[in-house]
Amino acid sequence: MNMTIASITLRGLFGRRRFLLLLPMPLMLLGLAWLADALGAAAEDWTPPIVVGLGFAVVLPVMALIVGTGVLGSEIDDGTLVHVLTKPLPRRDIILAKLAVAFAVSTLVTGVPMFLIGLIAGSGQLALGLLAAAAAGSLAYSALFLALSLLTRRPVLVGLAYVLLWEGLLGNVLKGTRFLSIQQYAVSIADHIAQSPQMPVHSSISLPVAAALALVVSVAFTVLAVDRLRSFSVAGETS
Amino acid sequence: MKVELNGVSKWYGNLVAVNDVSMVLEPGVTGLLGPNGAGKTTVLHMMAGFLAPSRGRVLLDGEPTWRNPPVYAKLGLVSEREAVHGFLTAWQFVLASAKLHKLPQPEAAARRALELVEMTDAQDRRIETYSKGMRQRTRVAAALVHDPAVLLLDEPFNGMDPRQRMHMMRLLHDMGANGRTVLFSSHILEEVEQVSGTVQVIVAGRLAASGDYRGIRRLMTNRPHVFTIRSTDDRRLAVALVNEASVAGVDIDPALGLTVRASDYGTFTRALPKIALTTGVRVEQLLPTDESLESVFSYLVAA
Repeated sequence: MNMTIASITLRGLFGRRRFLLLLPMPLMLLGLAWLADALGAAAEDWTPPIVVGLGFAVVLPVMALIVGTGVLGSEIDDGTLVHVLTKPLPRRDIILAKLAVAFAVSTLVTGVPMFLIGLIAGSGQLALGLLAAAAAGSLAYSALFLALSLLTRRPVLVGLAYVLLWEGLLGNVLKGTRFLSIQQYAVSIADHIAQSPQMPVHSSISLPVAAALALVVSVAFTVLAVDRLRSFSVAGETS
Repeated sequence: MKVELNGVSKWYGNLVAVNDVSMVLEPGVTGLLGPNGAGKTTVLHMMAGFLAPSRGRVLLDGEPTWRNPPVYAKLGLVSEREAVHGFLTAWQFVLASAKLHKLPQPEAAARRALELVEMTDAQDRRIETYSKGMRQRTRVAAALVHDPAVLLLDEPFNGMDPRQRMHMMRLLHDMGANGRTVLFSSHILEEVEQVSGTVQVIVAGRLAASGDYRGIRRLMTNRPHVFTIRSTDDRRLAVALVNEASVAGVDIDPALGLTVRASDYGTFTRALPKIALTTGVRVEQLLPTDESLESVFSYLVAA
């Protein structure tokens, strides 16, 4: 991996104010779990709404959206990407460095709270399952949002539309869409790894299928992003 | 190293931004001159591999620049947009460029580039604290760090104070003298005149003139000039002006006053006060009407 690009990307991400947006949601998630547990609620009662309804449905995709569009989209917006592109680097190296940063940061801000929530629920197995699911979801979402940054001028809007409309709305109405929903892959991975009575969720995709689909989505959008970056155009401003 | 454009056009839907431009850039400094919106940036971006030509070929040393990242080992670009990673210092920024070029000694290359643009004193401050000219020089240092054979700069003198401008001009001139192929765009004739021997003039997406700047300069200064004049007696002044050799034609309009076409700017402006004096007419207003750069360029296109 190209460490120079990764370190500039990381500094750019942390240097921007929108990075502060990454903190409240995971903290809120963690706080809710702690509160539910402290108030004496049974884990099997509060994990479905907090972990699945909030964690996987909102916090994970929104965090990945902020990070995934932040690592590339903001450099496209402000034009600094040109400095990276005027180097004799394979475009694959640039995308992979950006993807690695997006994946690592998303996993950090979603996987760690999810892991702790698993522990609060009283199951080490659940904690591991949630961490693995957050990591897999982070990878797939990061690849998707990275590619979106190169496919549209409004990656945040399109990304939100995918998360809210496709995964959120259609996912509840049409069961078939679960095979094209990163959220469903993450929930299934968590469920199958944890196999925990503390999280009574019945995922309908098997573990190998969910993992394979997450991987396919990640690879496909990464390949697409590399190809789009090769044809990256800068429109003339004075003409 | 040569940069070649063969019959290059670029269009966006129905809008033709660049129309059938062919040129060859040889080692030395070339100015890309044209009014704003003429297509200079589009041409530059096509040369730099940031736009696909709709038709024609853009070659650097015989290789296409589009979708071909290895060309950046030989090419440096300073774009017009002054976007830089503001959170980095100039040193970090130029060093990162050197590392991304995979240079064997990135520190030495970064130091040399920063010395070249005289930015060593401020190199440890964050770029966001710099003036526009300092940012520009930092960007030039980053573009020069790998000592490219071809350097493309889009409006490099924008935002620079006169001293920085002189320094940048000297830098470009030296690079050209050392056998680099340097192309810079500008909409200001004097800038091009001071740095480069050869000029490519682009007007409305077409290559309007190409070659030695002196000839183009002569074309520009020897063109007919149009003036509007208001005086105490337009008709009497008109009669006197028709006898003046540098005047090619006079129109009388009761509302606008006189419109005079002069074949030679200098001779006419020197003769007018004398004529007014001898005829006893007081000139109340003298306005050159076609001094905008656009009219100079459009004259060139017609020539």
